[in-house]
Amino acid sequence: MTSRARLAWICGGLAAVLIAVALGSLLVGAAPVPPRAVLDLIAGRGPSGGTDRAVVLSIRLPRIAAAVLAGGALAVAGAGFQALTRNPLAEPSILGVSGGAAFGVVVAQVSGLGQGVVDALGLAAFGFAGAVAAGLAVYLIASSGAGLPVHTLLLAGVIVGIFFSASITVLISIVDANRLGGVIYWLLGSVAPIPPGQLVIFTLVTAVGVWLVLGQARALNLLALGEEGATELGVDALGLKRRIFMGAALLTGTVVAFVGPIGFVGLIVPQAFRMLLGPDNRVLVPAALLGGGAFLLAADTLARTVVAPAELSVGVLTSFCGAPVFIWLLRSRVARVEP
Amino acid sequence: MTALAEFRSVSFAYPRGTGGRPPFELRELSLTLEPGEVLGLIGPNAAGKTTVIRLLSRVLQPSSGTIVIDGQPASGLDRAAVARRIAVVPQDVPQGFPYTVEQLVLMGRFPHAPARFFESRADLLIAREAMALTDVEALAAEPLERLSGGERQRVVLARALAQQPRLLVLDEPTAHLDLRYQAECVALLRRLHRDEGLGILLISHDLNLAAEVSDRLLLLAGGRAVTSGPPHEVLQAPVLEAVYGCRVAVDKHSATGRPTVSVVWPEGR
Repeated sequence: MTSRARLAWICGGLAAVLIAVALGSLLVGAAPVPPRAVLDLIAGRGPSGGTDRAVVLSIRLPRIAAAVLAGGALAVAGAGFQALTRNPLAEPSILGVSGGAAFGVVVAQVSGLGQGVVDALGLAAFGFAGAVAAGLAVYLIASSGAGLPVHTLLLAGVIVGIFFSASITVLISIVDANRLGGVIYWLLGSVAPIPPGQLVIFTLVTAVGVWLVLGQARALNLLALGEEGATELGVDALGLKRRIFMGAALLTGTVVAFVGPIGFVGLIVPQAFRMLLGPDNRVLVPAALLGGGAFLLAADTLARTVVAPAELSVGVLTSFCGAPVFIWLLRSRVARVEP
Repeated sequence: MTALAEFRSVSFAYPRGTGGRPPFELRELSLTLEPGEVLGLIGPNAAGKTTVIRLLSRVLQPSSGTIVIDGQPASGLDRAAVARRIAVVPQDVPQGFPYTVEQLVLMGRFPHAPARFFESRADLLIAREAMALTDVEALAAEPLERLSGGERQRVVLARALAQQPRLLVLDEPTAHLDLRYQAECVALLRRLHRDEGLGILLISHDLNLAAEVSDRLLLLAGGRAVTSGPPHEVLQAPVLEAVYGCRVAVDKHSATGRPTVSVVWPEGR
């Protein structure tokens, strides 16, 4: 089988899984809507008004779209950071990049950006700026003559994350709490239905971020040879690293702006696919995009149903899954990379 | 005939403040590599041998002087164009390198079509041919991590051959090889040199290997060219003793007639 055919099969399979999870997610929820009615509404046959229509098309469907986008974006960002740092533990939240993005978004909210479409762009821009600032800080702290040592990078990420988390707390304390309604809940990472205009922005920015990473997937593979090895094969290593960093920061910043800093998706999903499909980023990145979407959607569906009518924050669920994965990786892989 | 690569009084210095390095890595070095020539670059540690490789592959830029590749100034060539002409064979792949043998060898096809997402059918055939040349076809699906040092070295060589370069730069090619594979490596290099007209720049601590394989040797010390010429002219005991700072004995190989160098081990007083 050619590489192209293999990729097509993998993407086809994952798309089928994603659609199945989405259908399942449409059918369940706090408000009881009969499956028949859900299917009619999706097919465009249902009533033109009523509660069922509002629940399915205005609450569940936009929320599903947001979860899929966020999960896909975070998983691609994780794969990007892992290839960039040649460290399987690199991930937006562990690297402190999510924390920086969250700080940027809180700054934007404090300065008055709200719910409109233009505001959404502004929030995403602030998230991106925060992500870039945090990423650069981590890089400057961790880099040495010999590159980016695995453990130092993780420590720098944790420290930068703590710093931004403290900064957010300061901002929240000095600003009138009413103006930042829901910010605490958002900080835990939770998917809420997003209005159509903002959803379009979310989709477009995610597409740009994915394109930045996926478009260079082949060169990104060569980066595993080290910067010098990649350069010897004709890769503009510095330009490549900048582009991947920008793409991953853009994805992280956008997700944080729209659904909050959800942790560990960028760790679990690429890692699972790396074990199943191998390290080739040309396969890994598209698989992470689709699989990450399905994963976060499944987690979010669980989050809004297990304790219904109350809701868990999905960030809590992903952290519960992610922490054991991180520990397992730390004990197996890193030990081998750095004896 | 256009030279494969030419250094015209090239100097290189690291910017100030990078540790306790000497200010100059290379001073006014000139060298020419003709098509199909085997040039051996020898010299003690820190002579500047690795800097020559890095300058050739454009990992580093010269501080002054010009590097000409295939008749064109290297500064005007993009990286992929350089990698289509010059393949560097490093000593090893980085630790934790996750790819399989075939995936690594296919990476050698990158400079021929950097914009292509997947390698073509032709790329795959070229990679397989390169793997056959270095006898690693059977290892195609193995991850590099699981191979021995010698196997990895042959895989890395196959990757360089998949680049289809005109000049092969070898950095200590026999460092991890036992005697049999050293012999096979030399046989392979000679065959490539003879059949494909491949130019070879050999960087090695092993003076005997360099003397055996090279048409010409260039002895480097402290970033300067000390002397160059055919092996029997360069490998003279007085010159080597001055450069390396130890006593040596230069003989003739009993089978090939090439010069051999061995250390006269000092008494332990």
